[in-house]
Amino acid sequence: MIRYFLRRLLYAFPILIGVNLITFFLFFVVNTPDNMARIHLGVKHVTPEAIEQWKAEHGYDKPLFFNPQQTGVQTVTDTLFVDRSVKLFAFQFGKADDGRDIARDIKTRMWPSLAIALPVFVIGLLANITAALLMVFYRGTRLEYAGVAGLIALMSISGLFYIIAGQYFIAKLWQWLPISGFDGGIDAIKFILLPAIVSVAAGIGSGARWYRTIFIEEIGKDYVRTARAKGLSELRVLFRHVLKNGMIPILTGAVVVLPLLFTGSLVTESFFGIPGLGSYTIDAIRSQDFAIVQAMVFLGSVLYIVGLLLTDLSYTLVDPRVRLT
Amino acid sequence: MNFQPLFLWTDILVWLLVLACLTFGWTVARTPALRSSWHAVLARPMGMASLVVLAVFVFIGLADSLHYRARLDNGQLDVEVRSLLDKALGSLNERSERTYSAPLATHAQARETIEKPDGRQVRETPRLQHGGAHLADPEKDWLADVAVRTATGLMWGALVSLSLFMLLALLMRAVWRCDLKTAFARLWLPSPAAIAWRSLLMTGALILLATGVITSLAGGYHVLGTDKVGQDVLYQTLKSVRTGLVIGTLTTLVTLPLAIGLGLLAGYFRGWVDDVIQYVYTTLNSIPWVLLVAAAVLIVQVFIEQNESSFSSVAERADVRLLALCVIIGLTGWTGLARLLRAETLKLRELDYVTAARAFGVSGPRILTRHILPNVQHLILISIVMDFSGLVLAEAILSYVGVGVDPVMNSWGNMINAARLELAREPVVWWPLVAAFSFMFALVLAANLFADVVQDAFDPRVSKAAGDKP
Repeated sequence: MIRYFLRRLLYAFPILIGVNLITFFLFFVVNTPDNMARIHLGVKHVTPEAIEQWKAEHGYDKPLFFNPQQTGVQTVTDTLFVDRSVKLFAFQFGKADDGRDIARDIKTRMWPSLAIALPVFVIGLLANITAALLMVFYRGTRLEYAGVAGLIALMSISGLFYIIAGQYFIAKLWQWLPISGFDGGIDAIKFILLPAIVSVAAGIGSGARWYRTIFIEEIGKDYVRTARAKGLSELRVLFRHVLKNGMIPILTGAVVVLPLLFTGSLVTESFFGIPGLGSYTIDAIRSQDFAIVQAMVFLGSVLYIVGLLLTDLSYTLVDPRVRLT
Repeated sequence: MNFQPLFLWTDILVWLLVLACLTFGWTVARTPALRSSWHAVLARPMGMASLVVLAVFVFIGLADSLHYRARLDNGQLDVEVRSLLDKALGSLNERSERTYSAPLATHAQARETIEKPDGRQVRETPRLQHGGAHLADPEKDWLADVAVRTATGLMWGALVSLSLFMLLALLMRAVWRCDLKTAFARLWLPSPAAIAWRSLLMTGALILLATGVITSLAGGYHVLGTDKVGQDVLYQTLKSVRTGLVIGTLTTLVTLPLAIGLGLLAGYFRGWVDDVIQYVYTTLNSIPWVLLVAAAVLIVQVFIEQNESSFSSVAERADVRLLALCVIIGLTGWTGLARLLRAETLKLRELDYVTAARAFGVSGPRILTRHILPNVQHLILISIVMDFSGLVLAEAILSYVGVGVDPVMNSWGNMINAARLELAREPVVWWPLVAAFSFMFALVLAANLFADVVQDAFDPRVSKAAGDKP
């Protein structure tokens, strides 16, 4: 078991190196630092001196992979690649274009993200399972047919619509909740509620539909027939047997996204003005701050890989038949 | 010739795709197994209805994929690139107002200071230049005019529907070799095993009725209002259809070769090939999708800005950006299908018929194309139709993030993006948002329902699991 995890951890390294190569290639080879400087200084009226100065100020004035001006090991280490990509492995994210420390920003901004994403995740999971179970219980009836049609309709609506409609009706027209913003402590609840409602509504269409297929597949299995033959009520079969076995794919599917909750949701956070990592990223994309985007890509990949590891772990926890070697 | 055809990159690819679909249709018609599966799709009323809706969207999109530049009176080419759809919509594009006006309105939405003929200055909402301009006294005549136009539109819609029904019956009479009465009965009366003709007729009639009403009203009004710069919202929404369809389909063109090629190779050859391919898709997968797309689009944007001069028109620039977006989404989105195909190939390669083929000395590539590919075909098809709706929705999100299609291009994402500020106005401007959402909803819903039916018809697992009822 421990050996398995050590091996998986070692597998993670080549993947992270690959991620770094991709982002480095996209950001600094295809799109050279000169381009970046030009974007930030405005495309017109840029002198070469101004570009050099911008690059020096923001630490882009080194060669990409090989520095002939240095000697020994430094020819390789004193380069943009080491500065911008290798240092990510030590979680040294460097400075954003406006001079702020990215690592510190990430540390303060991940809590609001989590404050939104965690309730959304938990409530969403419960709502999806409840809806799916209800439909499985009423399977074959008109109620289920209407339910499935409703879910397909729900998942055909753009996620943006839920946000815009929620903000317009709940916050602006009826004024039940604040339209956007965030606050620490107990006040956070009233800011969290609206994004949570909206996100759960946006996710229930595809989520509940998927869980329904899982439960339906489960219900066709032999152990369900045995339970029914024993004379158990349908409700008991559903909750004691089908739910328990159906939870295996559901939980393991949910575990992957668990670490990614820290990075929050881009669209939700920027609509609701939540000072989390999602809005941080979207601001960085809009101002073309590649240092931040690169850091977020790296962070996202690390968390995804952690999620994959947790998934393996959760298999052994919920399903005793699985043994990792 | 008073116009010059212009082939945008996406136009060419769209028509190639149409060609590919026709070839596929021909193959289906000749293969009994595929034919029976598609027959099952068309036998379901839901499948037929969603197919009709999709066909209407595709029709609009294709009409918008034939571009040309008109030759002006002085012999020069117009800078503006227009499409067949623009031509068909006629004056809809040109009849613009100054700014916002509500659907079917006769007056602008906002008050302005107007000087009366006698020199007085009053604050009132001015009459629109085109919307309801034919009415002498809007307050008195408006309701009657709208009612008359709606009724005329409905009548035309009904008339066209009925004649098409007749035409179809006459046609089918020849195909089925029966008398007209039987042909009508077979078209109208539902029977579980046959093609759902009634669903086709009813959906078609509904769409024709709606088209009739809209066309009739559009003659005198802005049916869906006008936007900030006074452009007709109906026109914008219809132009956006093409953008959504292109993203939903051309992306697949990039995805499929990668997913099929790499998925089959990994599953069939295993060993180091499998390791490398798995490494590539795990790496791609581990990068947050929106960020990967955003990063790539930013690069393309920089590239386009630097080569501004090589595009002769705004439309061409926007088109290249749309194509780049499709390629980027495709390059980042093949991993799911590849993984699925790899797993399926791993299973298939151990089956007896593949082992037998190998024992006969059939080469690897031939086994893959002749024996494995046809048996994973249903997975590919299901994945194409399932992904389509997701891609249309993703366009809106990406446009919101700022890495979607070009801001000058008509797209539902851009319309929704603009609508955020409009909702904050007083009085509220809701129609561009509602228009974009309803069209997008219609397309995505039809695609989702269609995908559902296709999955039922092609996936042997689904029907087995759903068949067990207590």
